Amino acid sequence: MTKPKLALYWAASCGGCEIAVLEIKEKILDVANVFDIVFWPCVMDFKYEDVEKLADKEIDLCLFNGAIRTSEHEHFAKLLRDKSKVLVAYGACACEGGIPGLANEFDRKSIFQRVYIETPSTYNPDKKFPQENYDMPEGKVHIPAFYDTVRSLKQTVLVEYFIPGCPPLEKTTWKALEAVIKGELPPVGSFLGAGDKTVCEECPRKKEEKKIKGFYRSHLKIPEPEKCLLEQGIICAGPATRSGCEGTCIKANLPCWGCYGPAQGVSDVGAKFMSALASVIDSDDEKEVAKILEGIVDPIGTFYRFALASSLLRRKKMSQEKKE
Amino acid sequence: MNQKEFEPKIVGFLCTWCSYTGADMAGTSRMKYPPNILIVRVMCSGRVDPTFILKAFHEGADGVLIAGCHPGDCHYINGNMKTLRRYPLLVKLLERFGIENERIGLEWISAAEGEKFSNVVKKFTSVVKKLGPLNWQIVENQIQPTEMTVEKPSPKLPEVRV
Repeated sequence: MTKPKLALYWAASCGGCEIAVLEIKEKILDVANVFDIVFWPCVMDFKYEDVEKLADKEIDLCLFNGAIRTSEHEHFAKLLRDKSKVLVAYGACACEGGIPGLANEFDRKSIFQRVYIETPSTYNPDKKFPQENYDMPEGKVHIPAFYDTVRSLKQTVLVEYFIPGCPPLEKTTWKALEAVIKGELPPVGSFLGAGDKTVCEECPRKKEEKKIKGFYRSHLKIPEPEKCLLEQGIICAGPATRSGCEGTCIKANLPCWGCYGPAQGVSDVGAKFMSALASVIDSDDEKEVAKILEGIVDPIGTFYRFALASSLLRRKKMSQEKKE
Repeated sequence: MNQKEFEPKIVGFLCTWCSYTGADMAGTSRMKYPPNILIVRVMCSGRVDPTFILKAFHEGADGVLIAGCHPGDCHYINGNMKTLRRYPLLVKLLERFGIENERIGLEWISAAEGEKFSNVVKKFTSVVKKLGPLNWQIVENQIQPTEMTVEKPSPKLPEVRV
């Protein structure tokens, strides 16, 4: 019997998901025994042609991490979609756009301006920007095109399953691999290794009535270990975030950041989170409310930390001149 | 293109106890107000989830007006207080998305204030008219199984010098 084929790919990601795969520790040897790894550029030497040579639907499982930022990412998302039986959005970036998705608050032009001109460590007196095609004496060279808008994997191709988390828990990864080995796959569109409740419902902290007189970002206050973080005024994404992480951050006395994405049935995580947060402010006076809300310094970064690219509005409005 | 005046689309979320009744009052008293407002009756202004407002803008609204009972008059005791707390945060968030503050309005209109309702709608419509169309890019959030179209990258590149 031939071994099932496994592929792993990274698009716009930090590499943490690749390490999360290795978190399964010695079981990685079992993976190597059971699966035939056909593509994993982070770990083994493969060339793009190796994937192109495969027949359609030849890969049994593809774990795809990272958001879609450039034309190369999009090309690979489509290529791996064609070649894979089961395509899994692995990690917060592939599921929701993740941290790279926060760049949707800017566009290509302003990002280039910042990165290649304004950053203090940049010396670029001729204002050179990277170009997609360039004629060198040796021939034409290409780099992938940089898009204005970051997309999640599901906004680019059809995706069978989602494994959320930044990064996903080790046991979730193993569960997904096991499900493919045993052929016990859940209905298409399921979230593997995640719950359908909110983080709050699984949170072990003591919860009383929530009334907040001020918001603190996590570096401004050392929280009490037992009490609900939100009740202490610490901005915690628990009320809007999907469960399944077993409270990893909360156990470490840190607030939830929302990496598991919106809870089941929530279309826009930022709106729900914002609504939950504002409703518990302990004031009926407009001026006092405004003062308390000054504690929320970066609304997009706070409410859409991992899900801006897959939110309802998706990005900051593009400036008019660019639309022409 | 003809010089037709821009007519904004405005979505109004009115609480059934005060503001919707106030709008009714404006109607029965034959008061005039611009037809740009599309009224959605909700049980309480506190029922207006920020998602509704984002969805309205996403689907082409140029402005959103929320109206509820005066503070202290809420049929559900403090539902409108929740709106009062959420509204400034929502405005702050939408500003970061590039949506002007003036496009989101919050007004307290009682059942007896038909005239106030008519004036508020007139004023709000003229403000939004001045701001011009929002033109939120309507992009499909998820790809439908039948057609796998993908939004194209911007064809215009930034100015490049080598």
